Amino acid sequence: MSQADVAAAPPTAVLRGGLRWGWSGVIIFALVCVFAQTSLGWLKTYPASLQLPVEAWFNAGMDWIIANFRAVFQTVTLLFTYPMGWVRETLHWLPWSGFVLIMAAMAFKARGVRLAAFTVLSLIYVLVVGLWAEAMNSLALVFISVPLAVLAGFALGVWGYSSARVERALNPVLDIAQTVPAFAYLLPILLLFGFGPVVGLVASVLFAFPPMVRNTILGLREVPSDIIESGQMSGATRAQLFWMVRFPAGRRQILIGVNQTTMASLSMVIIASMIGGTADIGWEVLSTMRKAEFGSSLVAGIVIALMAMILDRVTFGMAEQEGRNLEHRGFFQRYGFWLAVAAAVICLIVLRSLLPILGGWPENWKIDFAQPLDQAIQWFILTFKPGLEAIRNSVIFFVMLPLKIGLDKAVSPFTWGFALQPWHTAVFVVSVLAGAAAALRAGRTALAVATVLGGLVFYVGITDMPWPASVAILVYFGWRMGGGGLATGTALALTFLLVTGSWDKAMLSIHLATLAVLASFLMGSTLGIIAAQNDWFSHVMRPINDTLQTMPPFVLLIPTVMLFKIGDFTALLAIISYAYVPAFRYAEHGLRHVSKEAVEAATCIGATPMQLLLQVKLPLALPNIMLGLNQTIMYGIAMLVIAALVGTSDLGQEVYVGLSAGNFGQGFIAGIGMAIIAITADRFCRAWQRNHETRLQKGAS
Amino acid sequence: MIDEPNAMKADAVKLSCRNLWKVYGSKPDYYFDTSGYSIDVDGLAGRMRKEDHVPAAIDVSFDVHVGEIFVIMGLSGSGKSTVVRCLSRLVDASYGEVLLDGENLLEKSPKELIEVRRHKMGMVFQNFGLLPHLTVMENVAFPLKLQGKRLQEQRENAERVIELVGLQGREDAFPGQLSGGQQQRVGIARSLVVEPDIWFLDEPFSALDPLIRHQMQDEFLRIQRVLRKSIVFITHDFLEALRIADRMAIMRDGKIVQIGTPTDLILNPADEYVARFTSEVPRIRLLTTAACAVPATGDESAMPQVPADGLAENLIGKLAEHPEGLSVRDNNGADRGIVTPASLVKALAALGQGDTHVAS
Repeated sequence: MSQADVAAAPPTAVLRGGLRWGWSGVIIFALVCVFAQTSLGWLKTYPASLQLPVEAWFNAGMDWIIANFRAVFQTVTLLFTYPMGWVRETLHWLPWSGFVLIMAAMAFKARGVRLAAFTVLSLIYVLVVGLWAEAMNSLALVFISVPLAVLAGFALGVWGYSSARVERALNPVLDIAQTVPAFAYLLPILLLFGFGPVVGLVASVLFAFPPMVRNTILGLREVPSDIIESGQMSGATRAQLFWMVRFPAGRRQILIGVNQTTMASLSMVIIASMIGGTADIGWEVLSTMRKAEFGSSLVAGIVIALMAMILDRVTFGMAEQEGRNLEHRGFFQRYGFWLAVAAAVICLIVLRSLLPILGGWPENWKIDFAQPLDQAIQWFILTFKPGLEAIRNSVIFFVMLPLKIGLDKAVSPFTWGFALQPWHTAVFVVSVLAGAAAALRAGRTALAVATVLGGLVFYVGITDMPWPASVAILVYFGWRMGGGGLATGTALALTFLLVTGSWDKAMLSIHLATLAVLASFLMGSTLGIIAAQNDWFSHVMRPINDTLQTMPPFVLLIPTVMLFKIGDFTALLAIISYAYVPAFRYAEHGLRHVSKEAVEAATCIGATPMQLLLQVKLPLALPNIMLGLNQTIMYGIAMLVIAALVGTSDLGQEVYVGLSAGNFGQGFIAGIGMAIIAITADRFCRAWQRNHETRLQKGAS
Repeated sequence: MIDEPNAMKADAVKLSCRNLWKVYGSKPDYYFDTSGYSIDVDGLAGRMRKEDHVPAAIDVSFDVHVGEIFVIMGLSGSGKSTVVRCLSRLVDASYGEVLLDGENLLEKSPKELIEVRRHKMGMVFQNFGLLPHLTVMENVAFPLKLQGKRLQEQRENAERVIELVGLQGREDAFPGQLSGGQQQRVGIARSLVVEPDIWFLDEPFSALDPLIRHQMQDEFLRIQRVLRKSIVFITHDFLEALRIADRMAIMRDGKIVQIGTPTDLILNPADEYVARFTSEVPRIRLLTTAACAVPATGDESAMPQVPADGLAENLIGKLAEHPEGLSVRDNNGADRGIVTPASLVKALAALGQGDTHVAS
């Protein structure tokens, strides 16, 4: 043992001892709470007398704002109504052929012939299924909200870039804007701006500007110092340095911000349509889904997916095009393409009066896919009903219920086929303790703690865990992970949930989110690991992942509801189908970018492919994989709210109920609750990453 | 001296760096707010370090003469990049003076500074610092564009320097399409397009692979023979410094350890640190013909004549053909003795023992 080892040993031992005693205390406290809760009712449910009427405060505040500032907001509404009307009218007035030409030209410029062809075919699909007008209504909103969000986001980004203090202030605002569920915005906007398409616009701008701010800051900051210094040494003034050096050098990242903003805007436009009143494509999906006309909602959902893919590829293609500057070429070389497109569009507009076919898509060219689709779906469901139900029931009975209400209540003759006997419990307790003891003997204290806690949670159930026990476990965990700051933050977050009376619903959300995140993470990283080893698999999965990511998550509800009806299980599936993608991508990226030398060294030592994967690649890719977990949590919680549409009973549902009942306070508190859960989970992940880095650098603990 | 204007011009100081300090930390000014800095330099630096400040440049002073290549050599973290950034004011020095043609750069207002940079300074960066969205032509013309020069003038000047660095034909390429060596040629062209008086090169060839680096050094020396700029050249490569320096400074931990010609440094290293660099250098590279000459003992009229200031290394082939010896002549044709195989070996042996009397 070298001297350094000797010196390092005592503190590690002390730390481990602390870990052991601290957790033992927390676990004993939790056990005491569990046993005492039958006699002490306040342990079970947080006493109502200690709750604060936050909901009423919010409502009163909102009433006050409406009473005093309504006129301001209504003026804004008026100001926006006209330009929105113009854009909408223009899109409707343009002959379909002209619009298709413009979009194809943009696609061609951004990515080339293949994307142009894809665009043309997609738009023809929209025409054929007869949803052109609805699609144009949605696009009109996107076309006007994207420039607003981009401008606002860019301005804020530049401001945040130029002042560290502003950036510090901006960050939590952006976090909240991105994590508070979209539905929670809709109601206050509805109350302030009045019923109408402006709600969709405002909500979409609010939801879409944060990625622009973040990417602008990132892009401006990332410019290598060599480039900035060379600009300074060329004698640039401050303005020149910004506009001629920093901005163009960071342009790619900023354009990626435009891409993300566009996608967020489309997503929000679709969600906003659920308040109705706009005959757009999102409404088409939702209303048909409510009537259980799944064929029609699939047809309309595909329109949304295609629109999303076109917008994504075109804006992303623009970002990718680095340096095709044509500064010293002629006017026609520079603008010729667009002049030709403009001329062709004008020709089409003129020709429309001669050849009406160019203007309006003929009725008899439309095809009704909805009916045959409906029949096919019916057939499928009837044929596979036993199988589908078996899957659904076993997941609900054996996984979801125990985690929700605990083994003590979930095991019943109706679900598991037998009633829970004391000896069952005894076996469970003994096996958990044995597992923990084995982990302890192997020196894996953290694993032992996790085993005991997991056993406890699984036996009692997340929603039936006494609240002081949950608070103690989470706050102590926060303290171990991130010190006083994270512990305080966690305590404050949980206090908010308690005093606003959202605790029970929040635990339901956490239950669903935990399951969904675990499942998404396991599935995503496993598939990602396979994809990293197998090029063919990676190739097949890439377009699938891209599609699932670019689609407004709302669309993912259609197939799951179709197959499994409404309920928690359906929500779980919908969340997984959206949230597994980041886990997949980060795992594959992490494994594929493991240092080549480490892999070669291990191969030369004689590692088998499996050893190479488990002992070299995975540990090295761990930070990336954890980043994937972080993203999966964010995606999962975002989708949780949208999944409320298919019947959950958690905070997400509360947001939705608040919206439909016009109760601002109720919806908003639930929305903040969701945001708090998301942000806290994010901080835990970041704390883990920080610990991991310091451990690697300093070798502590 | 005064009645010799030409000599005066060649020796004139272009850039003078006086007692330059750069201190990082929460309150660097605190150490210089009285006039009392002239206390013991090492003591002050030590105190800064103890008080959580980092003195990156410590009391750096040197002069760069007109037309001279002045190299600052040091390992990473020695403060050489900080010094050149203080000279160009990319970093504001904590204390000291930087005199360009007698004017203190550190006192210039931002506006004046921009003027100085636009007309008097050029700088080349280790990682090139090219704008990825501009072509070679646009990158080179960029400083002129910032000055608002007409497009025609921009192009003419840019073409001139592009030709100088040998990139004609690649004007419309983007930096991403060029090799590292070509990118640095663009960087060099851009720094020369405003015809600067003083030329800063911050490790210009460090990012290139060895063969290209050697080629670029030759290219650089060729350009310098044409332009005769006053140059501050930063490098961490001792051999590179030897190849190109007229005079060089060696830096360590923020301080200049020694200033001198490459030969001075090798033959009279100021301390162990410098000696460790110089011990790596094959001595024969520095041995001049004059240094291994011995007085003629017989008739040397039949021997081939060689110049006294040439390198002894180049004589080996000739000595093999003429073992009797070579006649050494200085620039004026005066006889400086002869070189024989024996005298060459003797001189080399003396060098190996650190005997320094052979230096010229």
